[in-house]
Amino acid sequence: MSIAARQGEGRVGIRTGFNLLVIVASAIAALVAPFVIYPVFLMNVLCFALFASAFNLLIGFVGLLSFGHAAFFGAAAYVTAHAAKVWGLPTELAILVGALAAAALGLVVGFLAIRRQGIYFSMITLALAQMFYFICLEVPFTHGEDGIQGVPRGTLLGLINLDNNLALYFVVLAIVAAGHFAIWRIVRSPFGNILKAIRDNEPRAISLGYNADSYKLRAFVLSAGLAGLAGGTNAIVFQLATLTGVQWQSSGEVILMTLLGGIGTLTGPPIGAAITVGLQTYLAALDFPVTVLIGLIFVVCVLLFRRGVAGEILAYMRKRG
Amino acid sequence: MFCIPYVKCLPFVALYGQLLLGLINGSFYALLSLGLAVIFGMLRVINFAHGALYMLGAFVSWWLSVALGIPYWGALIVAPLAVGLVAVVIEKTMLHQMYRLDPLYGLLLTFGITQVIEGTFRYFYGASGQPYPPPPALSGPLNLGFMILPIYRGWVVVISILACLGTWLLIERTRIGAYLRAATENPVLVQTFGINVPLMMTLTYAFGAALAGFAGVLAAPIYQVSPLMGTNLIIIVFAVVVAGGMGSILGAIVTGYILGLLEGLTKVFYPEASNIVIFVVMAIVLLLRPAGLFGRAA
Repeated sequence: MSIAARQGEGRVGIRTGFNLLVIVASAIAALVAPFVIYPVFLMNVLCFALFASAFNLLIGFVGLLSFGHAAFFGAAAYVTAHAAKVWGLPTELAILVGALAAAALGLVVGFLAIRRQGIYFSMITLALAQMFYFICLEVPFTHGEDGIQGVPRGTLLGLINLDNNLALYFVVLAIVAAGHFAIWRIVRSPFGNILKAIRDNEPRAISLGYNADSYKLRAFVLSAGLAGLAGGTNAIVFQLATLTGVQWQSSGEVILMTLLGGIGTLTGPPIGAAITVGLQTYLAALDFPVTVLIGLIFVVCVLLFRRGVAGEILAYMRKRG
Repeated sequence: MFCIPYVKCLPFVALYGQLLLGLINGSFYALLSLGLAVIFGMLRVINFAHGALYMLGAFVSWWLSVALGIPYWGALIVAPLAVGLVAVVIEKTMLHQMYRLDPLYGLLLTFGITQVIEGTFRYFYGASGQPYPPPPALSGPLNLGFMILPIYRGWVVVISILACLGTWLLIERTRIGAYLRAATENPVLVQTFGINVPLMMTLTYAFGAALAGFAGVLAAPIYQVSPLMGTNLIIIVFAVVVAGGMGSILGAIVTGYILGLLEGLTKVFYPEASNIVIFVVMAIVLLLRPAGLFGRAA
């Protein structure tokens, strides 16, 4: 069984029904939630939802397991924080620069990693991300263990003050929604169909004349850029960029979110992100070690629950007809 | 003095010191990548938990000494057996379900197991290290004339080379090794010949894990025994494995030592890059010879 089980596919009616349900429900929830729940927590969930969806673009639709996606999230956080604080760029431009930097890093990492397949691809991305971590530890602009602190949130287009949590919330919501729309468009496009063809049978896709490496690299850069969009936005929300963002544990977390929500489904990664971030926030108040719980969920997911939440629901709906 | 023109001049003693350190790091890279290669060859699983098992080996020897007063020499035998036993439990309860799935699931499962083991140890022992002295017989320095060699470090280099060669002989020159190599090529056929392949898989995993545990005991007196010692190391070992290619046992050993030495040299001449030099080498190998130095093209 391939890791990217074709869960998103199946009968169009069921898929569309489920997606529509989730989209409408989450749109209503997203508009009401900030008046009920602490907006900063929600913004964190939104950022990780986009991060997980960007990661899922690779594993779910190209079948590539990147074990180093934290590098892109964290790199964008550093660049956005630096651009907003030191260069004084406007917020929206700082986030954009961060995402572009992540995409550029994705081009380098992707170029090296796609030279090998399967398990080697994962090990290479992990190793290169760790190398990037050590670089971040050494170079002066990241400020080592302290990170970049006190990043100004600024204003939106010079009009709306983003120090207001509620105002920033709706900006973040718009960015994350746009990111998800882009992913949805990519997956449903002819380009996305070729990606899925490469995932399902790479030799056949090549024999049909598609340059598989080129498609993989483009998908990798898109995924890295979108992960960077999430990372840059996160840095603005917390006004902070630190080493935590680029360490291997963060790469593990985004894998868990996607696995828990459902690899290869469009709705799964945000669900997984909400559950994981919620658990982490809740457990931070307790004495229980978060790593152990994350590890346990990982083990249970891999052993018993490989379809994830969204995958299980889709399978259930399919069985019901 | 030893000079590289236009770069740096250093006293020979400093150079030898770093080369020795490189050789020791290389020993651990070799022992761990050897275990990874043996496990991968048979099980088609990349054992992310290898670093955690190495850490477990160090902790078991520390416990043996603190709680039971069992000295280093006892730990050298007991700790690898204990780690091998843990590995048998992992394989029998969880890992064996992964064989029929995409190999990536094995990586994810062992990653989760790593998080559980490491998180538990961090919870109880924090991030700081526990001291573990070398045995009296191996303490103290040895004057080689051109440098002062701490005896324990020399011992680690010698015993690791012996362990690597022993493993190589076991796999290449014995009947058990022949079964193993055959089962790696075609498990179904070997099974029809009446060899218990599932048992061999369990034992292979246990053997690889025991090697990691053995490396952990060797490391305990050199580095502090800490919950974080394993995972940071295993990511470097992944880079070693990618650079070397997992096709050959001897290749894994040789690549481990070469990259360890290279890292030591980098510490002398350009210390800022010593953390990343192995990753850089991996990237260069990927550009020039994607299958790895000793790998066969897929």
